[in-house]
Amino acid sequence: MVHLQSVIHPAGIEAARIGDLWWTMFWICTAVWCAVALAAMVAIGRGRRAAAVDLPDRQISRNVAIAASVSIVALVALLFQSVVTGRALNTLRTPDALRIDVTGNQWWWDVQYENPVAGLRVTTANEIHIPVGRPIAFNLFSNDVIHSFWIPNLQGKIDLVPGRRNELWLQADKAGVYRGQCAEYCGLQHAKMALVVVAEAPDDFERWLAANRAPAAAPVTPEQQRGKDVVEKGPCAMCHNITGTLAGGRTAPDLTHIASRSTLGAGAIPNMHGYLAGWITDPQAIKPGNRMPPPGLSSDELQAVLAYLETLK
Amino acid sequence: MRCAAIGRRAVLAVALLGAVAACEREDRRFKELPAAANRETGVRVSSLEPGMAQQQAEVKSPYQENAWGIGEGKRLYSAYNCAACHGVNGGGAIGPPLMDDKWIYGAKPDQIYATISQGRPDGMPSFGGHLPTQQIWQLVAYVQAMSGQVKATTAPGRNDDQMGALPESRQNPQVPIQTGHR
Repeated sequence: MVHLQSVIHPAGIEAARIGDLWWTMFWICTAVWCAVALAAMVAIGRGRRAAAVDLPDRQISRNVAIAASVSIVALVALLFQSVVTGRALNTLRTPDALRIDVTGNQWWWDVQYENPVAGLRVTTANEIHIPVGRPIAFNLFSNDVIHSFWIPNLQGKIDLVPGRRNELWLQADKAGVYRGQCAEYCGLQHAKMALVVVAEAPDDFERWLAANRAPAAAPVTPEQQRGKDVVEKGPCAMCHNITGTLAGGRTAPDLTHIASRSTLGAGAIPNMHGYLAGWITDPQAIKPGNRMPPPGLSSDELQAVLAYLETLK
Repeated sequence: MRCAAIGRRAVLAVALLGAVAACEREDRRFKELPAAANRETGVRVSSLEPGMAQQQAEVKSPYQENAWGIGEGKRLYSAYNCAACHGVNGGGAIGPPLMDDKWIYGAKPDQIYATISQGRPDGMPSFGGHLPTQQIWQLVAYVQAMSGQVKATTAPGRNDDQMGALPESRQNPQVPIQTGHR
């Protein structure tokens, strides 16, 4: 069984601490629930007969004192573990962390791998690759409304607030693919604002980063060339960026390596030939209200654009 | 006495029903039907005509009475960088202002459409073919709204950008970081 998105199957030390807190809360709440249910059943079983029996005042106040002290102990224990967990979540900070900027948009994630040299930065969208065993610092921004960044297997959630930078640190200890999700209602397609996190061995990560740093692959066949022309001359280039071509828009997901990603529309559909064709033809049927209008391509233009986009590995 | 109380309740119930009806707003048309979306205009760019001037039916933006469409136009105005020449709120810069009552090439919806789609001499780029017609019509409706040409109940009620910053003396102290980009 694969646990793509689960708090109780942690894949990193931060998530493990949150998982422990979750289990403590679960067991304490279970015990409280069972005690209350048991007491209620006993009371129901005794019925009105018990009301006739007069308990001495001393015994009543002793019972109340026991119940109150058990509640206080349980609450203080939970509070204590909450505070300990909260403090422990702040211990990863190190100067050699990998820094990734994530900007929330309605309804997709813009991802940039920081580098002091502008040409070495890597921009992608809705899919984040991270190396296993290295602390990652996310700088979180928003371009429109408040979103929330949550990868349950790796860390708790934190809001992306317009005009502010929030920081989230995490480290993946187990390689795997984890699903993240916007956790703050942000409009019509909030539910389809997901992201994929791929935690992989450091070597694989470096290979991925180098591949994504390269400009887009040049078209080979005449049909791919025609697709590139349609993209550059038509409406696509007004919003999308494909590094190495004339398409330089910045308001929609970067398409330079679109074919290497596993989903389309921020996790709405898998990235496969038919889905891609459906998305380009009518994005509003798949994710109503998203910012991409139907571009109105003819069928042979669509085929050419598909042929081209599928070369952008 | 009793009748008066029942009467008051009846009036209240009718008023509440009226309030429910007021919740109804227009549809969000995420995609126009092809016929409406692809509507090009037969706008005349000159007022000189040989012989008798021909009557033309007025062409309206499909979004002129659609609050969502005008809101989209407002978003696209900054997304497509119209603000760089026409000013953030249409106040004008190297391009003419859009919030005033002067219209070089006409204020009718089809004329504004032609301006965006075909461009105009001395700087206005032609966006036809680069933007879906649906978005040009949304921009037309928003450009009309900038000078108060659409109903106040339909025009955007607020700006999405952040309101004026605090004065410098009241700024929160921040720890600078070097990100190497914007």
